[in-house]
Amino acid sequence: MLSRVAARFYWGARYLERAENTSRLVRVYDNLMLDLPPEAGVSWPLLVDIVGAGELFRSSTPKVTDHATLRFLLADPANPGSVLASLEQGRENFRTTRDLAPSEAWRSVNELCLYARKKVPQAVSQRRRQEVLGDIIEGVQQIRGLMADAMSHTEPYQFIRLGRNIERSDMTTRIIDAASVTLLAGRTELRRFDNTLWMAVLRSLSAYQMYRQSVRRRVHPDDVVAFLLKDPHFPRSFYRCLHQVESAAEDLPNHSEVVRTVARLRRLVSERDLKQDDAGSLHDFLDELQLELSNLHRQIASVWFLQDAGK
Amino acid sequence: MLSSFTEHEPIGMSLKITWKDYNARGSYDELVTPAGRPRAHARALAAYLGRLGPRQLVIRQHAAERAIVEMGITFTVYSEGQNIDRAWPFDIIPRTISAREWRLVEAGLIQRLTALNRFIDDIYHEQRIVTDGVFPREILESSTNFLPQCVGASPAHGAWAHICGSDLVRDDDGTIYVLEDNLRVPSGVSYMLENRIVTKQVFPELFRNHAILPVDDYPSQLFDTLASLSPRPLDYPEVVVLTPGIYNSAYFEHAYLAQSMGAELVEGGDLVVGDDDCVYMRTISGLSRVDVIYRRINDTFMDPEAFNPESLLGVPGLVRAWRAGNVAIANAPGSGVADDKLVYSFVPDIIRYYLSEEPLLPNVPTYACVREDDRRYVLDHLDNLVVKPVGESGGYGMLIGPAADKKTREKFHRLIRRNPRNYVAQPVLNLSTAPTVAAGSLQPRHVDLRPFSLHGERSFVTAGGLTRVALVEGSLVVNSSQGGGSKDTWIVDTESS
Repeated sequence: MLSRVAARFYWGARYLERAENTSRLVRVYDNLMLDLPPEAGVSWPLLVDIVGAGELFRSSTPKVTDHATLRFLLADPANPGSVLASLEQGRENFRTTRDLAPSEAWRSVNELCLYARKKVPQAVSQRRRQEVLGDIIEGVQQIRGLMADAMSHTEPYQFIRLGRNIERSDMTTRIIDAASVTLLAGRTELRRFDNTLWMAVLRSLSAYQMYRQSVRRRVHPDDVVAFLLKDPHFPRSFYRCLHQVESAAEDLPNHSEVVRTVARLRRLVSERDLKQDDAGSLHDFLDELQLELSNLHRQIASVWFLQDAGK
Repeated sequence: MLSSFTEHEPIGMSLKITWKDYNARGSYDELVTPAGRPRAHARALAAYLGRLGPRQLVIRQHAAERAIVEMGITFTVYSEGQNIDRAWPFDIIPRTISAREWRLVEAGLIQRLTALNRFIDDIYHEQRIVTDGVFPREILESSTNFLPQCVGASPAHGAWAHICGSDLVRDDDGTIYVLEDNLRVPSGVSYMLENRIVTKQVFPELFRNHAILPVDDYPSQLFDTLASLSPRPLDYPEVVVLTPGIYNSAYFEHAYLAQSMGAELVEGGDLVVGDDDCVYMRTISGLSRVDVIYRRINDTFMDPEAFNPESLLGVPGLVRAWRAGNVAIANAPGSGVADDKLVYSFVPDIIRYYLSEEPLLPNVPTYACVREDDRRYVLDHLDNLVVKPVGESGGYGMLIGPAADKKTREKFHRLIRRNPRNYVAQPVLNLSTAPTVAAGSLQPRHVDLRPFSLHGERSFVTAGGLTRVALVEGSLVVNSSQGGGSKDTWIVDTESS
């Protein structure tokens, strides 16, 4: 398999995953803001910090309003993490690899992108938001399903898995981080909203039901963080994503270095005693995990990609 | 299902299409005779179309346009420094040709391609045709398409031009002429294949009742042809498609063909020539040997070491590896020497010289301005002629005499006198027409035809090809880059069904 093509599959999968994750975040936030009192400090601009685009946002937005923020997150072509820009870049990567991806998958990516161009700008206003973002999430899931089912699980597919799970694990750490910064920070007057907030966090990752089945007591912040970081079975837990990265890498040539890094990172998470963490140390730990993920990405690029062709 | 559709239409909308009102105005029409009756091989199609109301026509045309956008069939247009991916303009009414007539065309194309390959091989070796006085030495020596780097090379089966997309046109009297041979990097075959897929979706009921020759085996024929060129006798030769990249207007096709052949789609940067003069591609597990390159980039951009040192698209050392016989390149470098509008005027002689046969398909009469008599005639008759620069393709740099204004004709007058070798002229052919959807009814529009021929160990011609149609009333320009569209092409076998 060509190195250049491998990079495009990897990035194509990352961008589609990013479009889905950002859509999920916005949807859940939408609900959360209806439920929480203004003093909880949950606001649209905070979401920009969660996705790590705070600097770009403030430098490109003269007047921060809810409308400007949502436009930035959903439809701004200058924000490479916006739902629309992610889909466009996902499309571009899959367009240039259409000789290897099943043609139905390319067709779905293309259709989803055409749909998004028309509808995502409408999701900036409240009325159509839930519906349109729901469609985007479903669209990405459909593409993922098509690829899983119509594509041989050979090398191209393994690069898709790599990209998807690196992006996903990154997003999981960001979501936990955001929640812990807002509420764990010991503001006792907000404690009664803990339950609402952490349920929303779980929902944003479609994790609520699985959490409930796995942790059989009321929603508790420590349990949620542990579940999302350490659970070996839930597909969006950090640990599970790393497991997927490892198993994808094992099907690729020259994987030993990458697999070693992943194993180390998994140990780092599984051996962490989260009960000892306060808000500050948890934040530092999540920062460390994000740094490790970007190292892992660089390693993947240097082992398998000629250059970062997809980006 | 269809009849129930039409029954429920409001009365005012159910006007029937009648061939009486269809007027090809002196052009040969592919579907209807001058008397207004459908040609024998098109009778079933004409009857079917006659039963469709104008409303159904529009509904079907919209369905096709939607399918094209959803399938992502695009071509790229450069416009003001930007790339625009446009949906492929498509007309739903198929263009029909009888299988009996097609057999002759097919034989003619194979004859022509065989002779042209013999010609190229001879030109890069002994040049017997020049020594024997059939082909003038000065034309060869002044040809920019003759590449000295290729002299003495011996590609497999003596085949240089493996993939050829001839342009055929039909004149008023029904004669089919070869207008151009297109031996370099002809494109359009993927649109031929996609047009058939779209047409099947739009008119499924038609395919059940017609004996229409299939076209979908082209990718496997292409793969077999390419594999037959491999320098290593392997079960699975490594065949790659070399594209200039995503910004090329035919990128869609490059990807399409690679996908349907199961071949890697590579760019120049993916390939490297080793110290052993073999070609390798960069893969996730290191370098991997390549046997056959179906290249979709022009000769002079292929290898900065042999040709244009400025080229970023090419692979340094590629021609060296090819000359050493370590990799096959299709079409072979230098094949363009036979794809020159000046050489074109000699093709009938070339066929007689190498094959001792009379040409089965005629050339369009061509005046080569390099000959003094021809030049005088051309300069005196610019208002009746089409003037073409010999090295261009895609319809660029042409003068269509009857349509041009005085100033443009004067410009060409100067251009021809300054550089006569660069121009040939042909009479204006009144291209045949075929019914095309326009404003909810069927109207005659001019068409040409580009069949695709393969030449390796064996020869093969597609059943039909890509019909291009000038969508503007009266226009003769069919190029997609200049407002043309395309149609599905049916070779209809009325004898076997």
